[in-house]
Amino acid sequence: MRFAEPITTADAPLARRNPVAKLAAALVLSMALMVTLDPVAPTVALAVELALLPAFGVRPRALLGRAWPLLVSVLGLVLTLMLFAAERTGATLITLGPLVITTGLLTNAAGLAMRLVAIALPGVIVFATTDPTELADSLIQNVKAPPRFAIGALAAFRLVPLLGEEWTMLSLARRARGVDAGRNPVAQLRLFASTAFGLLVGAIRRGTRLAVAMDARGFDSGLPRTVARPQRFGPADAALIVGGAAVGALAIAVSLAVGAFRPILG
Amino acid sequence: MATVELRGFGWRHAGRRAWAVRGVDLRIERGERVLLLGPSGAGKSTLLAALAGLLPDDSGEQEGSVEIDGLAPHKARERVAIVFQDPETQLVMARAGDDVAFGLENRGVPSEEIWPRVDGALSRVGFRYGRERSTAALSGGEQQRLALAGALAPRPSLLLLDEPTANLDPAGAALVRAAIGTAPERETTVVLVEHRVAESQPLVNRVVVLEPGGGVRADGPPAAVFAAHGDRLAAEGVWVPGHPIAPRRARSAPGAGLLAADGVGFRHPGAAHPALSDVDLVVRAGEALAVLGPNGAGKSTLALLLGGLLQPGAGRVVASAGLAGELAGAPPHRWRASALTRRIGSVFQDPEHQFVAPTVREELALGPRRIGLSPGVVASTVDRLLERLRLERLAGANPHTLSGGEQRRLSVATALATAPRLLVLDEPTFGQDRRTWIELVDLLATLRDDGHGLVAVTHDSDFVAALADRSLALPAPAGALVPPAVATLEAA
Amino acid sequence: MPRSTTNRWRTVDVVVASVIAVAFGVIFWAWGLLWNGPADAIPLPGRAVLYGVWLVPAVLGALVIRRPGAALYTETLAALVSVALGTVWGWTLVVQGPIEALAAELAFALFAYRNYRLPVAALAAVFAGIAASVYDKVVWYPSPDFSWASFGLPYIAITAASSLVIAGFGSYALTRALAQTGVLDRFPVGRERAAV
Repeated sequence: MRFAEPITTADAPLARRNPVAKLAAALVLSMALMVTLDPVAPTVALAVELALLPAFGVRPRALLGRAWPLLVSVLGLVLTLMLFAAERTGATLITLGPLVITTGLLTNAAGLAMRLVAIALPGVIVFATTDPTELADSLIQNVKAPPRFAIGALAAFRLVPLLGEEWTMLSLARRARGVDAGRNPVAQLRLFASTAFGLLVGAIRRGTRLAVAMDARGFDSGLPRTVARPQRFGPADAALIVGGAAVGALAIAVSLAVGAFRPILG
Repeated sequence: MATVELRGFGWRHAGRRAWAVRGVDLRIERGERVLLLGPSGAGKSTLLAALAGLLPDDSGEQEGSVEIDGLAPHKARERVAIVFQDPETQLVMARAGDDVAFGLENRGVPSEEIWPRVDGALSRVGFRYGRERSTAALSGGEQQRLALAGALAPRPSLLLLDEPTANLDPAGAALVRAAIGTAPERETTVVLVEHRVAESQPLVNRVVVLEPGGGVRADGPPAAVFAAHGDRLAAEGVWVPGHPIAPRRARSAPGAGLLAADGVGFRHPGAAHPALSDVDLVVRAGEALAVLGPNGAGKSTLALLLGGLLQPGAGRVVASAGLAGELAGAPPHRWRASALTRRIGSVFQDPEHQFVAPTVREELALGPRRIGLSPGVVASTVDRLLERLRLERLAGANPHTLSGGEQRRLSVATALATAPRLLVLDEPTFGQDRRTWIELVDLLATLRDDGHGLVAVTHDSDFVAALADRSLALPAPAGALVPPAVATLEAA
Repeated sequence: MPRSTTNRWRTVDVVVASVIAVAFGVIFWAWGLLWNGPADAIPLPGRAVLYGVWLVPAVLGALVIRRPGAALYTETLAALVSVALGTVWGWTLVVQGPIEALAAELAFALFAYRNYRLPVAALAAVFAGIAASVYDKVVWYPSPDFSWASFGLPYIAITAASSLVIAGFGSYALTRALAQTGVLDRFPVGRERAAV
């Protein structure tokens, strides 16, 4: 499961920033964009996000490889709006039985879709440019997260590719035992549940052994841990967070200026 | 002052009736290299866990005393390091250097000292790669060497090794043994538990044999201990050197061909090289075929292809009319699972992958039910298998609670429950002690003599010598050597 | 009924909670490959009916570890891992996950973290389901476009029902089944198994 790895060139100026700074900047930006429902603010933000891609060292095609599940949800959101919208203002374009598609509806759909992408994209970029070990280090050193949890999580995360392979083996083993599901959704669900159960059993057993090994290496000694990989948080990192907030503010300002602002509450 | 001193030591795990280890009196001096032996159930792992201070007070009951340099184990934890048998559940970090640094960080070693010590430990164990190497991209042997480096970096005075080569192929095991021989400092005391005794002998100067149920049976230099106790140990399941196993030769000539692989190749999606290319073989009824090859040669992939579980990327797997019946036209990977399980049985390397039911009895009943046998026939099949594989007293137990040998027997039994004519086994003797090993070989020999076809993918050369009628060697993985056409050997 | 004796998490508590979370990250990924992707994108009835699956880590974590914060930690990490592996909804799961999990924690907290029987598990699941669906309604299906009456309330109701069944009853049954395999022997639920 190679897609859990970062896909960037690590020298890129923004990719090199402190992981917590990247996370905070993206979070601040996304929170700001959640506030409005219009299409203008997310478009502004999206334009900035895409323009900054080279500074993060992410090539557009690689980004598409990570971001394509987003398109599924965009489609779903648009479809949902078509089916369930409460207000259908504006001129009617097409009528498909009970479904009335109006210009107002299309504008709203565009707004919600853009909003979804603009909010989600910073997250995709952060995860694509951040190494999990560095993120854990940074959480411990810069945000004072409890080390036992951060490293415990990191150690478990290392098992992800193994668990992926294990899922495949469990599925093949079931086929070898004469268990397959064909087209029947109930049978598919039962097979899925059986495979998921097998995965959990194996994962927990591994986790228990890993915990013993970690304790054997002094993990629970209670001594204060020292740091092998220092993570610095400097002015550039603080500037990144401020920058994230600034882009969010800019997007909202433009939306207000143009008069398109639609607050989420009210 | 002795490094390790046990006086009448015993331990019982919480909730168990039997004592895991009992009445052990043992004294190990600084710098000794000790091999700890005993049949399964003698408590070797428990003893090592006690020395490492890994038995919490609330998880059981202790008898007697154990001291390391005069301290109780949980106080002496800083001086003790332990290496376990499964590399995947010992490595904590994604990069090699970070993993070795983990132990040093935990012990509060000052930051500026960490990386020099990491580099020192990596070079002492002969680790071939740099600090940035991904731990997932290492072979089993290299992972264990890394685990050893992680254990040695904090400079322990006592090094414990609990079957460090049990999960490894011969090449990997040799790598690790070499490291165990040279990496620890001269004053480090080493206690090694290993089931492959012959290969470990050069690493130790003293052998201690534990008696299951209590006490130390023997204690002394290797040659003396094996001369006095070798036969009994071999009978109990220890791989004592000098006790070869008689081969089980086929009693009749092989029958008709069951399955053929014709130029079969396979490439995992996204991999640089194919896992397997251009393999030809034939499996016949009443014959045991062994497939050998180094790590990475694609043996497990071949087992999956022959078992009808993977679609070949190149070439074909063809089932004969005798095996396939009315499905003769279609390749095995296209058969429905219930049809597949009646014709080809697959036994996986890790038995736990194949367990789907809450009890042993239901596990055995699953296959027969899926192929549509009547309840009466299902019940009698299950009873017959329980008896044949000596699993009767475990019929109501959850399969995951069985011991390693019992799980292996169960996985073979479930494959046999649907009476396939061909059995494909992936590393069937993996990690077995001598007694369960012999049992398994006898069982497979009987199946072969009854007319089943057997294909075993293995790196166990003793197994090949004992059972295989023919063997096939897969070449080393692409990129290592130029792969010629595959050689077929006749077993002597 | 047995519960943990101190409030300090042992290493095995942290690591097993983490592997449960990570395993569910993988399970969610496999679930998405199955046929869930399209179904998940359409909230009514698709996503709501299956919503309980996403909340299992919270309840399961609490039932296995039995310490304050277990639901929060397990669900948050599962959300993080599924984001790292690539999920349809993107990374605001990082915010939504903890909110759902805190709702589950509330249920266990109401019983002073002493009761881990089925009714409490069911309550935790329902709280989490309500939190999740209200969040969705407010953030992704906001008010002028989607009304509370025709969309919001049915969505919340179905999600709560799905959570009750899958994340409540399901997690409880799952914990029992896992205990039977012996892998939970170092946890309170495993110690309830008969002596061997």
